[in-house]
Parts: sequence; structure tokens; C-alpha cells
Amino acid sequence: MVTLVSRAGIWLVLLLLSIMASVAAHDTAFAIQAATVAVACLVGLIFAIRSPDYQRVSRGLAAPTGDASKYDDDVIRWGVIATVFWGVAGFLVGVVIAFQLAYPQINLEPWFNFGRMRPLHTSAVIFAFGGNALIATSFYVVQRTCRARLAFPGLARFVFWGYQLFIVLAATGYLLGVTQAKEYAEPEWYVDLWLTVVWVSYLVVYGGTIMKRSEPHIYVANWFYLSFIITVAMLHLVNNLAIPVSFLGSQSISWFAGVQGALVQWWYGHNAVGFFLTAGFLGMMYYFVPKQAQRPVYSYRLSIIHFWALIFLYIWAGPHHLHYTALPDWAQTLGMVFSVMLWMPSWGGMINGLMTLNGAWDKLRTDPVLRMFVMSLAFYGMSTFEGPMMSVKSVNSLSHYTNWTIGHVHSGALGWNGMVTFGAIYYLTPRLWNRTQLYSLRMVNWHFWTATIGIVFYAASMWVAGITQGLMWREYGADGYLLNSFADVLPAIHPMYVLRGLGGVLYLSGAAFMVINVWKTIAGSPLRAEAPLYNIEQNKANDVPLVAQPAE
Amino acid sequence: MNQTETYQALRQFADSWGLLAMTISFVVLCAWPFRPGGRKNSDEAATMIFEEDDHVRT
Repeated sequence: MVTLVSRAGIWLVLLLLSIMASVAAHDTAFAIQAATVAVACLVGLIFAIRSPDYQRVSRGLAAPTGDASKYDDDVIRWGVIATVFWGVAGFLVGVVIAFQLAYPQINLEPWFNFGRMRPLHTSAVIFAFGGNALIATSFYVVQRTCRARLAFPGLARFVFWGYQLFIVLAATGYLLGVTQAKEYAEPEWYVDLWLTVVWVSYLVVYGGTIMKRSEPHIYVANWFYLSFIITVAMLHLVNNLAIPVSFLGSQSISWFAGVQGALVQWWYGHNAVGFFLTAGFLGMMYYFVPKQAQRPVYSYRLSIIHFWALIFLYIWAGPHHLHYTALPDWAQTLGMVFSVMLWMPSWGGMINGLMTLNGAWDKLRTDPVLRMFVMSLAFYGMSTFEGPMMSVKSVNSLSHYTNWTIGHVHSGALGWNGMVTFGAIYYLTPRLWNRTQLYSLRMVNWHFWTATIGIVFYAASMWVAGITQGLMWREYGADGYLLNSFADVLPAIHPMYVLRGLGGVLYLSGAAFMVINVWKTIAGSPLRAEAPLYNIEQNKANDVPLVAQPAE
Repeated sequence: MNQTETYQALRQFADSWGLLAMTISFVVLCAWPFRPGGRKNSDEAATMIFEEDDHVRT
């Protein structure tokens, strides 16, 4: 009873505080953001009052604790649903902004123009879709590989809901024009502080579960997940050092300025790719690929080298985002050299994942989920070759600031991160909701092909657009003047923009198949009536004994 | 120490002892699973995720 009252009391105090913050805010955007927090507190208050079992409370009994003989999977179930939801939302915004670039008329000022929608797209796919996938799968994997229930179950629930609040505040903030103008770190100071609280709680839950493990060895997937959690915390704290302009306002001034600021930003930006989108997802890869292939990872020792090489090399590669800028030349070269060195561990990891199928390649014919994992590894390999190549200064002088970069990012994000997440979702859904199998394997196959063809359209059109831009921008006439203005280039790449949008539509429609499939699986619908993916032909007519025929 | 001296001192540490320490720890960490008996531990670790799957031969 005491905890119930104090919990409701805390929610009420937070609700009143956020209403006061909203009223006293220095700008409209902050007022709306504080009101959003107030709504979240109100929902929390309602649940705190409504959800307890008052029959038990009145008899003085404690709330029931979870079944100790089962893993704590509630948060993971919510996480799977959140991943699918934010994935579709993020892909949809991506398609919209792709067509905004092709047809500028659909920029709806001021809230829905490209400048505000673009961070909404990147944050939705990276932090909302990818982040929820990472939180959910990491909680699943750490419990299974440690043979232990989640430490601090209450805190784990806080991590999930706190993270959703972070996403909502960040996303609505972008549309309102709240941004600190740092790529992939756009949220302002108060949202950054909130994410810090959530992220430290995440580390406590994850680390606590590892500490109470029953298995002596910590499986390698956990190494990758843990490095992702710790490094992202470090990157987030340093890059977002800022001084708020006012206590109840949505603006801040960055601690760093000039080239130092640029270097810190790209140290953050590149390691967000390295540790959020690579190390974290490799954690997924090292658990789900062996499980789906039903074979242990090709070389466990290679996975350890993969791990340490990524940790030691990645952190230095950021300066390749600042080639030919005010950054000292030696720092640019350092970034380039480390980026090129990164190619080796990346391919070591790709080979390790692919060779896990050694002797089981036939499963690709019958298992579309495994097909997703293999395609994701293939894209991991392709983008980790393309990245080092683009970090070489002479290549970068052509590719930088063009759509080639956008194509590269998307072959990594749609191919590697997207596909491995889809595979993990298809792996998890039947297990988490206790179903024998997915609603439809054929539908996974449709998802696989629409997504793959979508990525091909995307990457190919952006290669052409990027190289066209790069060549036109550097074209000199006989008199030594540049031949093309920025605007001259746009008509040349317009068809590529349309094709890229088409690729996005295909990728989004693949995700729609996933929504249906996951929905039907969770709902427990009867399995879809469909031909199996693999069947041996039968010839019933000839399946008879040979009977002697009398001569004519 | 003024800013230039601080920079020089840190820079000097980074490209001497710092670099050496990083290199040695990197090599030791990578070589660790290849110590005698490392193969057995690695194989056990790799197959540990299949403990709940009786049907998987590892």
C-alpha cells in the first residue's frame, strides 16, 4: 500500500512539475515538449493507480513477482512490437523525404519540410527502429546466454518506456524546429539528459544480468552488446556537452566550437555507426545467425579478434568525415588509415558469419529467415568495403557531399542493419508468443525479395547520382572556371532521385509484409495455407507394381 | 603549463608510451584465445548457446 501511494505520488509530482515547466517555458517549442512529458506522466499516473491488484493490496500481500522458472520476456515482447512500429514509421518518412527531394512541391512549410523531416527519418530508423531492436534482442540474448533472468526487472521496464519517451520528445522536437544541429545528435540538452538517465539504467540492467549469470563464460554476443552500450554512453556524453541558454528553454550552446567541434561531432558520428549500428548489431549476428543455422559460429576465436580489432580501430576513423577541411592534415590521414585498416576485421567478421553456414548452405533454399541473415552479412561485407574505399582522400574528393555517401549509408543501414533486424524479429516472434512457427514463411520470402530489390534500386541510383554530381562539380572549362553550378546538377540527377524513391517504396512494402506476418503470428491466427518452400515431386501414377500383361 | 605545452606533453605521450601500451594490449587480447587449451574453451563457448536445443548436434 505504501509503495502504491508513493508511486502514484511521484507520478503526480512529476505531472505537476511538467505542467509548471510548460507554463513557464521560454519558447513555444519547450512548452509543447513539457506538455508532452506531462501527458506521459498522466499515463504513468493512471497505470500506477489502475494496474495494482487491490484485492491483494487490501489483504496486505506484496505484488506477485515474476515466475523465477521463466525468462523475463515482457520487455522483449514490447520491444519487438515497438521495433516493427518504429521501423514502418521511419521507412515511411524516408520515402516521403526521398520524394520531397525529387518533387520539392511536397515540402510543407514549416513543420514538414525536408530540413525537419530528415532528422525525423534518421532518428526514427537508427534510434527508434534500431535502438528498440538492440534493447529487445540484447535483453533476450543476455538472459539466454547467461541462463539468468534480467537483473532489476522494474528498471528494465523503465528503460523501455523511458526510451520511447526519448524518441517521442526527439521526433516531435524536430518537427517543431528544436535541434542542436549535430547530425545524429540533434536532440537538445534536456532530451540528452533524459537519454543519459535511460542509458545508464540500461547499462545497469544489462551489466547486472551478466554479473548474476549462471554460465561461467560470457558469450561473445554479449561482448559486442556491452561495448555498444558503454561506448554509446561515452560518445553521447562528450558530443552533447552544452550550456543551456535558459533553464526552461529549448536552446543550448555547444561546449566545443570550430574545428574542435567538428572533430568531436564526427568522432561521435562515426562511432555511432561503429558501435550503435555495427557492434550492437554484431551482437545480434553472433547469436541469431548460429541459432537460425543451427550450427555454432564458424570460428569463435576469429570472433574474439573481430571484437578487439573493431574496438581498437573504429574509434580513430571519425576524421575521414572531415577530409579537405580545416582539420589538420595528419588527423585526416590518421582517420583514413584507420578506416582502411578496419576493412580487415569487418571482412573477418563477415566471413565468420557466412562460414557458419558451412555444410548447411542447403538451408538457404528452404529457410527465408536464414536468407535474410545471409543477405544482411553480404551487405555488411559490401558496405565495409565501400566505406574504407570512400575514406581514401582521392576517392573522397569525388564522393564527399554527393549522393554516393547516402547510397553507402543505406546499403549498410537497409542491407545490414535492416535485414539482420528483420531476421531477428522473425526468429523471436514465434518464440516470445509461444507459437509453433510464423504465420507464413512465404511472406518472409516476399519481404526478403521486395527489400533486396528495393536496396538494389536505392544503392545503384545513388551511385550514379553521386558520381554524376562529383564529376559535374569538379568540371573545369578551358578558361579555368567551374562549368556547373549546384542547380545545374539537379536536373541531371532528378531521374535517380525518382528511382531511389521507388527503391524506398519497395523496401517499405516489404516491411508491410512483416507487419501482417508478425501481427498474425502474435494473434495466433491459423497458419497461412501455402505451398511448402521445399517438396519432393511425387509421381503417383508410376507408384504401382509391375503386373505381367498377357500376350495379344 | 600553457595550452601548447599541454598539447605537446599529451601528444608526446600518445605517440610513445600510449601507443606502445595500446599495441601490446591489443596483441595480447587477440592472442589470448590462441594460448594452449584455448581451442577447447572456444569450442565450448561456441556451442554453449545450443544447450537448450537437444536436436542440434554440435
